[in-house]
Amino acid sequence: MLILHCPHCDRMVDETDLHAGGEAHVKRFGPGSEAEEFENYLFMRENPKGVHFERWRHVYGCGKWFLAARNTATLEVYGTYSAQTTEPPQAIRDAISAKQPGWSWGTFQ
Amino acid sequence: MRLRTNGRLVAKNRPVHFTFNGKRLQGYSGDTLASALLANDQLLVGRSFKYHRPRGLVAAGAEEPNALVELGRGDRQEPNARVTQVELFDGLAARSQNHWPSLEFDVGVINAKLSRFLPAGFYYKTFMQPQAFWKHVYEPIIRASAGLGRAPETGDDHTYEHFNVTVDVLVVGGGIAGLAAALAAGRAGARVLLVEQTSGWGGRAVVDRPSIEGISAQDWVNATLAELDAMPNVDVRLRCQGAGVFDHGYALAHERLTDHAPKQGGPRQRLWRIRAGRIVTATGAIERPLSFAYNDVPGVLLAAALRDYVVNFGVAVGERTVIVTNNDDAYRTAIALHDAGLDVPAVIDARTSAKGELPEQVRALGIKVLTNSGIASVDGGKRVTGVQVCAQDGEGTVTETIPCDCVAMSGGWSPVVHLWSHCGGKLVWDEPHAFFRPDADRPPLGADGEGFVIAVGTANGHLFTAEAIADGFSAGRKAAKVAGHTRKPGQAPMGDDVAEDALTPVWIMPAQAPYKLRSKMWLDYQNDVKVSDVQLAAQEGFQSVEHAKRYTTLGMATDQGKLSNINGLAVLSNALGEAIPRVGTTTFRPPYTPLPLAAITGVARDELFQPIRKTPVHAWHDAQGAEFEPVGQWRRPYAYPRGDETAHDAVTREVVNTRENVGLLDASTLGKLIVKGPDAGKFLDMMYTNMMSNLAVGKCRYGLMCSENGFLMDDGVVARMDDDTWLCHTTTGGADRILAHMEDWLQCEWWDWQVYVANVTEQYAQFAVVGPKARQLLQAIGGMALTKDDLPFMQWASGQIGGFDVRVFRISFSGELSYEIAVAAGQGAAFWDMLVKQGEAFGLMPYGTEALHVLRAEKGFIMIGDETDGTVIPQDLNLNWAISKKKDDFLGKRGQLRSHMVDPDRWKLVGLETVDGSVLADGAYAVAEGVNANGQRNTQGRVTSTYYSPTLKKGIAMGLVKHGPTRMGEVIAFTKEGGGFVDARIVDPVFYDKDGEKQNV
Amino acid sequence: MKRYSAFAIAREAFRQHSGWTRAWGQAEPKPRYDVIIVGAGGHGLATAYYLGKNFGITNVAVLEKGWLGGGNTGRNTTIIRSNYLQDPSAAIYEKARSLYEGLSQDLNYNVMFSPRGVMMLAQTQHEIRGYQRTVHANNLQGVTTEWISPARVKELCPIMNIDGPRYPVLGALWQARGGTARHDAVAWGYARACADMGMDIIQQCEVTGVTTEAGKVTGVNTTRGDIKCGKLGMVVAGHASVLAQKAGFQLPIESVALQALVSEPIKPCMDVVVMANTVHGYMSQSDKGEMVIGGGTDGYNNYTQRGSFHHIEETVRALVETFPIVGRLKMLRQWGGIVDVTGDRSPILSKTPVEGIFVNCGWGTGGFKAIPGSGWAMAELMAKGASPLTEEFSMNRFRHGKFIDESVAAGVAH
Repeated sequence: MLILHCPHCDRMVDETDLHAGGEAHVKRFGPGSEAEEFENYLFMRENPKGVHFERWRHVYGCGKWFLAARNTATLEVYGTYSAQTTEPPQAIRDAISAKQPGWSWGTFQ
Repeated sequence: MRLRTNGRLVAKNRPVHFTFNGKRLQGYSGDTLASALLANDQLLVGRSFKYHRPRGLVAAGAEEPNALVELGRGDRQEPNARVTQVELFDGLAARSQNHWPSLEFDVGVINAKLSRFLPAGFYYKTFMQPQAFWKHVYEPIIRASAGLGRAPETGDDHTYEHFNVTVDVLVVGGGIAGLAAALAAGRAGARVLLVEQTSGWGGRAVVDRPSIEGISAQDWVNATLAELDAMPNVDVRLRCQGAGVFDHGYALAHERLTDHAPKQGGPRQRLWRIRAGRIVTATGAIERPLSFAYNDVPGVLLAAALRDYVVNFGVAVGERTVIVTNNDDAYRTAIALHDAGLDVPAVIDARTSAKGELPEQVRALGIKVLTNSGIASVDGGKRVTGVQVCAQDGEGTVTETIPCDCVAMSGGWSPVVHLWSHCGGKLVWDEPHAFFRPDADRPPLGADGEGFVIAVGTANGHLFTAEAIADGFSAGRKAAKVAGHTRKPGQAPMGDDVAEDALTPVWIMPAQAPYKLRSKMWLDYQNDVKVSDVQLAAQEGFQSVEHAKRYTTLGMATDQGKLSNINGLAVLSNALGEAIPRVGTTTFRPPYTPLPLAAITGVARDELFQPIRKTPVHAWHDAQGAEFEPVGQWRRPYAYPRGDETAHDAVTREVVNTRENVGLLDASTLGKLIVKGPDAGKFLDMMYTNMMSNLAVGKCRYGLMCSENGFLMDDGVVARMDDDTWLCHTTTGGADRILAHMEDWLQCEWWDWQVYVANVTEQYAQFAVVGPKARQLLQAIGGMALTKDDLPFMQWASGQIGGFDVRVFRISFSGELSYEIAVAAGQGAAFWDMLVKQGEAFGLMPYGTEALHVLRAEKGFIMIGDETDGTVIPQDLNLNWAISKKKDDFLGKRGQLRSHMVDPDRWKLVGLETVDGSVLADGAYAVAEGVNANGQRNTQGRVTSTYYSPTLKKGIAMGLVKHGPTRMGEVIAFTKEGGGFVDARIVDPVFYDKDGEKQNV
Repeated sequence: MKRYSAFAIAREAFRQHSGWTRAWGQAEPKPRYDVIIVGAGGHGLATAYYLGKNFGITNVAVLEKGWLGGGNTGRNTTIIRSNYLQDPSAAIYEKARSLYEGLSQDLNYNVMFSPRGVMMLAQTQHEIRGYQRTVHANNLQGVTTEWISPARVKELCPIMNIDGPRYPVLGALWQARGGTARHDAVAWGYARACADMGMDIIQQCEVTGVTTEAGKVTGVNTTRGDIKCGKLGMVVAGHASVLAQKAGFQLPIESVALQALVSEPIKPCMDVVVMANTVHGYMSQSDKGEMVIGGGTDGYNNYTQRGSFHHIEETVRALVETFPIVGRLKMLRQWGGIVDVTGDRSPILSKTPVEGIFVNCGWGTGGFKAIPGSGWAMAELMAKGASPLTEEFSMNRFRHGKFIDESVAAGVAH
């Protein structure tokens, strides 16, 4: 039972009230994109054992999507943040770096 | 046998009657079934799993591996109840298990005689020839001999419930360490839940009676409870076991509410689902057996368990008890027995010397203490008759025989680390105490990356009162502080202890025991795993502790190795010549003790299993005797059989009547989504394959929705309400899914677009009035103008019909003149009733989902879920007309351009008619010549929808066929149900009213 | 290798079983192998076995970071069936099922394959159509399945409540020759047979890197030193992405937790395997008497081998509804495994962007039943560069949109 902070409701929410939405910050490729770009967009996933960015929706609640930075090996949560962003905010990155020295955004963990 | 001394817990003035295997027996209020059986000298309580050896009680708590019985009858029958955890009540009926014909005489015991042929893993090495024999001969025999208790024959009529709580601190275990933890956390102001699995507080302390804060342990426990009870922020529960710890501080506790008092009302059990900031595990420790030959004979039990029986219940196992130990603690049992007036002929101590305070006390009582000694073998079959004594460091040469009827053994203690370990807490091997204890540096990590479980007391390896109680208190304070409760809880209570000498680890008794003895030393009593079995596993290369466990089945019985794991592990380590911590433990998994499935289910049974969604006219359908089918969470009328009609007859009648007169369909389950905002048109152009932004206000358009992968995911009619508002109809199962889909794109991709989506599915009832007489009926009722000119096909209007405010859509899924009428949900039933009543004169009949399917299939309309299955793109269904060429982008557009999607060999939609007029089978495939590289018959198409058409009086079908649209008139062969083939002709999928004249009148 | 038989047991019984030797050797890594298989689970060991047996390639090492068979092979609910809808799936699962039939004799190790029959309940009209379609497809694929009536369902499984108030049983897809096997024995049997062919099974050996030269694999770095190889097979289930990353490519894979549980053992009361997809539950009874119950997967990436308890609740609820008698049984143990799920939920058996590296992953929740077929096909792919059984399971299919989607048949995933 994951228990995550919904940034819209500002409260802790049980996983049973949430819907998991897979990897976050995936850039959409539409018509005009290369076959490989489109394949990467829809199917290729980092699936890291470690720091992971993912999408959640507070489906039995406010209905809003939010993003979480979470460790898939320990289930530690570094923070949750708005879904309306293309990359993790600095505060989240700092929180991760503090716990995972050497980690940086944009590289394979 | 019952002693003259009084047990702490039993009330001798309140006798309780119960039966065991039909025999009427008596115990007292306060007894467990275990103590009551012992009081009646019923030592033999079961048979082991593999060899069917006689089994007696070994323990007094949750760790008991042997004494599992069947309780109750009928809908109250419960197999595998552990007698040490069953509280006695009047009328309790218990039966022993896993024997035939009786407990005393079990023919299965032949397995024990053959045990030399049945070593660990023997079944992997045999029963292989001939091949067919495993299923038909060997397996049935093995299955019949395994299995312990009988399955209940009926369901369970008890109720079970769930509690959901959030606490700062969950304390598991109501011994002194747990009480101290709850006290500190409670005083600090934290919200605390304290749970204790037994029916009494105090754990071992109230049996062994150290002093705390200068008063007796019992008095301290009473005073502490009184203080906790008075705290509004603390909740305490007895008979409530911490069952499991899960990630992010989630925990389960299982409370037995009326098991012990079946006449009391209310739920039988309660599952607590707890979200805890910190979890303090004060779960105590379990005594380890010693491995000597025939240590499984009834009458051999754990020393502390025997002490429990004597002190708590005033019962003993025998008159003459030999104690065998490697530590000082077991001497307490000698003292307790002596105090109860029982004979202790000797304490056999494996250590080279025993000079501690407790051994000296025992000697002073005149009890013989034999050091550097062990038991070579136990005499007796269904009960101990004596022990053969030997030197511990030898090979088992017998030095003397001591007649006795009970053996109390202690191999040291193992902290109960289960809850600590469930979520990944690591252990460290404590060499002086020879046990694994929680490694405080490697706790299970919570969401904040910090350890969220704190083990305390004996569960943390502190076997002495003073340190256990201080440990608990400090953990309680710490846990409260994490939650922001910093009020000072005062000083930790002081405990007082008798000093004890160190134990000497003893894994085999005697140390040099030959095979003959090792093959009779039981590690796992229930599964019959012996020292020799674990050694054989090591010899055969099963070196990992997990391999050895699985190969021998050690620790896989219903007690999950609570007694056997560490002993087995030590034997394995020795066999491998490795240190114990290097070999490690098996994984501890929830639950701590077996958890009833009914308790996990809670109230979610029968009607509450998955509540049915109902339309405003559900009750009417029900009253008409409609046959229902589940569709999503809804249940929709499949057909409305009348009189003796079969469902098939009813469907035929409903179809014909709709085509000839007028039919009425409850379409309320169809999804209705309002999409509104300045960018709503732009947004819908992305959602649908066709254009929606240019739909005129007042008009309707059929739309297709695809996933980004290109596959059709939903369809429905879109109506434009006003300049910035559209109403999108979805399929019955689609409303929630499509709403979520739209929200996803709006919130996560085009978050700057100004669009709102609202699901109004349940705000409206919607009925389709369908058939040539539909307009006449509605006009007869009276209200808004509904002529062809007033409301043409594919338009909508609002107004009144029969005094109801309605919105009418001229759309048709049947090919007939059709009005879909939406009214506020609250008026749905009244509106429906009016339609039915007024419709009588026009021959109106309701029709169900099957008639709906037939009507649409006759028209060649596709159905999401039939013509589509998640692998079909609109182009496959010749729906290119609904795919906009003007738009640069829509969801699915890029996906539909991939090489496999534009492959000209994709199967495409056609109509199908059997040459003989029969109905094609659902799901039939069209065969092609030859086989593929894997030898599978080639295919060239499949049926997607197939019905008997009452209108055309023959079978009609749709299907996907390779190059289908270019093969009109060709005959191909389809598979039949049960084998064989039937020929069908490829035809136009529109079977009825090809020009669409009937719907557009 | 000493052959296992009743006679051998009898002989050993009279000499205190002192003659039994190791089931598989304890090997030190050699500097080079023709083929290295990473992952000593069922699929990896079976791949090695058929490389030796079918292609004579025996200079093979199987590397395992933990203990062999300790991943999903030792954690699953052991259901074996081949009643899949799509041709490529039916081909590889039926190959596996037919190999299972003779596996005990082939390996001289009793894997206890028990063809007791598998039924998949239809509880909606949609499921009826989906399963009937499957029967038609299976009969053309050489897979023997049939559609059975509710009465027959009840006859085969008397403890089932077929008139459940919420979802009455409307019939079932029945594969009489499906069943279960003893999961550990499958891994151990293959391991013993591989060792007998001279292959090295190296446990406690984690691969930390993959070395390549000019786009071609040359070897692996491990916690027990560097090892060279001609070809490399990655067969590591849940950790496929992690290993692929070490070789420099990505996979269309996500790793999630799948849970299962067993009840306490009871006397035999259920002779068949039942899967109920509408209510999300499946159950069989092991030879020990435990009810073996499969749960659902979590929706989020997870490498912990622990799942969320609400999935257990959902599964148990479904089973109490379908089999009311189980309410008074008790859950003895629950656990999780990490399964790797692809975009179409079908596996990948494929060449990779690196020459000489082959990947076998993505079995999701259904890998155990495929072990012999997967190993057979993977061995052929690695030995010959192509196999008709793996053709459609290439990782390139996602680029072309040529999916193998089994969920179309009434959402069957397990």
